Formats: sequence, structure tokens, C-alpha cells
Amino acid sequence: MSKVRVTFNEELCKGCELCKNACPKGIIEMAGYINAMGYHPAKLVNPQECVGCGFCALMCPDLVIKIEKEEIK
Amino acid sequence: MSKVLMKGNEVIGEAAIKAGCRYFFGYPITPQSELPEYLSRRLPEIGGVYLQAESEVAAINMVYGAAATGVRVMTSSSSPGISLKQEGISYIAGSELPCIIVNIMRGGPGLGGIQPSQSDYFQATRGGGHGDYYLIVLAPASVQEIADLVKKGFDLAEKYRNPVMILGDGMLGQMMEPVDFGVETSGDSFDKSWATTGKNGRKKSNIVNSLYLKPEELEVHNRELEKKYLEIKSKETMAESYLTKDAEIVVAAYGMTARIAKSAVDMAREEGIRAGVFRPITLWPYPEKELNAATVSAKGVLTVEMSLGQMVEDVKLSLNGRLPVEFYGRVGGMVPTARAIFEEIKRMSEKFGGVK
Amino acid sequence: MAVVFDRPKSLTDAKFHYCPGCHHGIIHRLVAEVLDELGLQDRTVGIAPVGCAVFAYDYFDVDCIEAAHGRAPAVATGVKRTRPDTIVFSYQGDGDLASIGMAEIVHAAARSENITVIFVNNAIYGMTGGQMAPTTLIGQKTTTSPLGRKSELTGYPIKVCELLATLPGATYLARTSVHDPKNVRQTKEAIKKAFQLQVEGKGFSLVEVLSACPTNWHMKPVQALDFIKNDMMNYFPLGQFKSPEEAK
Repeated sequence: MSKVRVTFNEELCKGCELCKNACPKGIIEMAGYINAMGYHPAKLVNPQECVGCGFCALMCPDLVIKIEKEEIK
Repeated sequence: MSKVLMKGNEVIGEAAIKAGCRYFFGYPITPQSELPEYLSRRLPEIGGVYLQAESEVAAINMVYGAAATGVRVMTSSSSPGISLKQEGISYIAGSELPCIIVNIMRGGPGLGGIQPSQSDYFQATRGGGHGDYYLIVLAPASVQEIADLVKKGFDLAEKYRNPVMILGDGMLGQMMEPVDFGVETSGDSFDKSWATTGKNGRKKSNIVNSLYLKPEELEVHNRELEKKYLEIKSKETMAESYLTKDAEIVVAAYGMTARIAKSAVDMAREEGIRAGVFRPITLWPYPEKELNAATVSAKGVLTVEMSLGQMVEDVKLSLNGRLPVEFYGRVGGMVPTARAIFEEIKRMSEKFGGVK
Repeated sequence: MAVVFDRPKSLTDAKFHYCPGCHHGIIHRLVAEVLDELGLQDRTVGIAPVGCAVFAYDYFDVDCIEAAHGRAPAVATGVKRTRPDTIVFSYQGDGDLASIGMAEIVHAAARSENITVIFVNNAIYGMTGGQMAPTTLIGQKTTTSPLGRKSELTGYPIKVCELLATLPGATYLARTSVHDPKNVRQTKEAIKKAFQLQVEGKGFSLVEVLSACPTNWHMKPVQALDFIKNDMMNYFPLGQFKSPEEAK
């Protein structure tokens, strides 16, 4: 088992939705608000369901996503 | 060092080696092929690289990449090939990289011919490619001077981080004369902290670039280039004056044409005509002051070129209306004879000269 | 907590200027990750193209040279021949590499220059506003083929990997795609292999990456993934076209 933390740097996000499209759990949504560039940034809606597969980060063209993991013994 | 008898084109190559140049990228074209042939033999012997590119366009871009790493590098071609290189030359000038480009001129336009010519003067001295820039243009008139100017050319290129062109004609490239290469030099004393050789622990990456999308930034860059060009203009002009002190008719000519003009002047002197030769060695920057100094006693200036009249514009600009300027030229690979130049001197002397 | 995914060191902090959903960002990241993993950042010189990736030198935290349109392989040659210890890569689009720079890429491969080429094929000229590229598919609409590319008028799209594979000098040629996570991983493996071969002095390597230009394709980024998968991959099959074992 591992604990995963996925953080989105919203100010880098251009709202392309490639992360949302890639997420196998369907837990990435576009925010209702806009960032400084005028895009609806992506965000995690149910972080507890995240398995840390990293697909979102792999597909993100703008390095919005950072993933941290902690092994739980 | 003792003198050796060598062909002009080969001397360019050996002089480059003596100046520490170990890299040459080129493409064959008449009448300069002896130079790449010579270097393809010599450079591997001393751990250098001779590489024949797929085109002149590729060759000059290899020079661009090599120059960016801070080494001494050279390429050579002849007129149509130099036209192809203009894209890369503009980038090299814009990115402020040092290198030597040799143009052994032949007749044009288009495919033209393969006989000697001086019809690329405009292209060489006005930048040649797109944008506001200048090459330092050196015009040797003897095999010995080729050796001296190639060496000096590398130093100038590195001092100002600017491309240097050696501008000669087929005659100069083909002829054999004794030459003394003097002491060997290198570019080691010049600052190379800008070179793109990998960061190697450097904090900031080096970038070689000529793109400035913001007009404000490009203007600053252009102004900095301008400052450099003005400095070169004020410090680096070179010229030779032959019997000009009392000359009423001064013949302005460069390269091989200047040597023929000297013979014509000797003939004129024998007939009592006070004539002299002004020979610019730097075509850019043009030796304006030197020309004015060489024509203090003159009543008229005759410009002689193997072209329809290109340098004559710089002669006129330099004299700024102070003296009448006339032109005599042969084109298409035809070379002016000393006799023909002498006749022109005589005609001008009768027209403008006070005393016989 | 251990960071398992973040911005690679070989990228600067600069924000990409690319359009939303443009794959240049993914490919930049993959190259930078490979440079990090192979420990090459400090000895790498990148050659930037003319095209959308013209500012690559602002993004890669390595020494960089901006080349004229199509000339990157010649510039890379100049660097590598004078400084054989550097790791040299060019990053080029399809207009740059497969149109105006065709001579330079073919001859760099023929000479087996020990360089790595990252070739981004998005079947269109992006920066100049979506004109027809040498890789534009038959029937594909662009601003200069408004009714769709017709072979009678402009011939057929160029398959660069297949073309270069005929050259004994080409050591490693692979075509990959970044339209889904699995293919992103495979692209990274190919890029890593290409750089590894350069480190070993094995000669010319090129990775062609099929990528999306949603803006000029007039598609949403997610829809553009399907265009790669269904249309581009149909004409430009993925795979390895030359392995170091078969080279020469």
C-alpha cells in the first residue's frame, strides 16, 4: 500500500484536459474558476481514490502535476 | 622561418593552420578547390577536421555550429557558393560569432564564369545577407599578404566576435609566390566564456542566438552591433599608398587589380605623369581617411576594378565630392592590362592635370 | 513523502508558450528527463529549430544554439565535430526537418553523425499558422490546402524514418507517439536509447514523435489524440525502423 499526494500547479494549467482524459479513476475535473492565463485549471476531486498511476502527469504538456508517494508498511 | 614557394589557395589553408585553425567545412567549387583539397590532406595530420558538406548552405551552418563552440574555423567558396552561404553568414553576424569565410571571386551574375572577377564587392562589403550587419573584409594582393591577412583575420574575428571575409580573385588563388608564415598563433588568449560547449558546472546556460522577437530588444541588439561596427571603422582600416605623395592622378584599386595598376603607374611615371596607387586592404571598413590622405595632391581619382564599378561608390563616398572620380573596368573574367590603365591615367592627366 | 514525478532538472523554470494541448511540452519534458537520468545535462548542447519550438533554448537548461530553418543537423555537426565530448541533439519539426532541411538531415544520417535528432511530426506548420507540411495527410485541410491535400497537386506525405532507413549511416530510427500514457512511456524509452547510443559513440539516432497541433487542426486537445491514433498512425506506423544491430 502507498499513500499518494498529487498536486496541481494551477497557474501553469492551460485547461487542455489531457490529464482528465487519461485518468483511469475519473477523479480529475476542470475547476469552475479561471486562472491568471484565463483557463479553467484541472484539479483532483476525490484524492482518496487516486492510485498514483501518474497517467495525468505523463500526459500533461505543461508540468502542472507533481506526484509524491509514501510507502506504508 | 624560411620562405617557401606556394600557391595562393594553399597558402590560405596553411596560414589558417598556422593561426591555430583546425576545422574546415566546405563544398567544392572552381576556382578555389585547391584550398579544400590541401586542407583535406593537412588537417587530419594535425588532429583537425576537414569535412566536405552536402552544400554551401550546410557548410556555413557547420561553421556556425563550430564557431559557437569557440574554436577557430574556416570555410571557403567562390561567388555562386558565397551567395548560398549568405543565410548562414547573416546568422553568424547576428549571433556574433568569429570565423573566416574565403571568397575567391569569379565572374557573375548567375553561374557566370570561372575566370577572375571582383564583382562580389557589393555583396561582401554591404553585409551580403539579410539584416543590418557588416563583415570585416580583407583583400590581399600577394601570396605573402594572404598569409598575413588570414592570421590577422582570425584575430580580428575573435577580437570583435564578427565574421571576417578574405576576398580574393581566381588569379591570386592560382598564382605561386614565396611566402613566410612567421610565428604560429592561436585563439587561446581570447575570451570564450560565451561558447556553447555544455554547461560543465556553469550556473547559467550559454545561448547562441540571433532571434529577438520584441522590437525593443532587437533594437538594443542592433544598436550594440552598430557600436561594434563603429569601433571597427575607427580602429581597423588598412591601406597601402604607392607613389601618392605628389600624385595628380591616383588609381584606386584592390587585390590583383592594384598590382596591375602599379605597373601602369610606373609606365606613367616614366612618361612624366605624376600618378600613384591607393590600395585598400580592408574593403570594410573602407579606409576613408587613408584615401583622403593619399589624394591631397590629386586632381582626379581613377578607380579600376574587375567589375562594372562597385568599389568606385566607396571612393566617391570617401572623397565626398572633393575630387572628380572616374572608372575603368573589365568584366566577365577579363583582366585589365597595365597598358589600358596607363592610357586611362594619361587621358585623365590631360583632362585634370595641371603640369605635364 | 518522496517526489516521484516533478519538473526535470534539465528544464528551466520558464512556462511553455505552447498552445493548450500541444504535445511539444510532453516531448520537451521527456528529453529533459532522459538528460537527467543519463546525467548528461552538463555536457549537452541543444540545437533549436525554426518553428513552434524556436524558443527551445529558453526551456532546456543546457547550452543551446538557435539554427536557421532546417539547418539544425548541420549546426549540430559543427558542434559535434569540434567538441566530440559534448552530447548534441537537434529538436526539429516536420517543416524544418522534412521540407527545408531535408538535405541536412539526410546527409547527417548518411555521415552517421554521432548526434540525436528529436523529430516532432504534427503534420502541419504550426508557428506560421497551419499551412500544409511535407507530412500533411492526403485529404487533410490546412490553410494552404483548404479543400484537403490532393496528391495530384502536392504529392504524398514523406515518411522520414522509412526514407532514412535506407542509409547505412543511420544507426537508430524509431517512430513513436505521445497520444496516451503507454506511448508516452515508449517515446521516452526510444529517446533514452537514442541518447544512450550517442554516449556510446554509435552514430546517428532519430526519434520521430507523432504529436498533436490542436490549434491548427481545429480540434479539442482530447479529440486531437484520436486524429493521431486513427489517422496519423495509419499512414505513419509506429515502430523501430533501424536498430543499431542492423545498422551498416
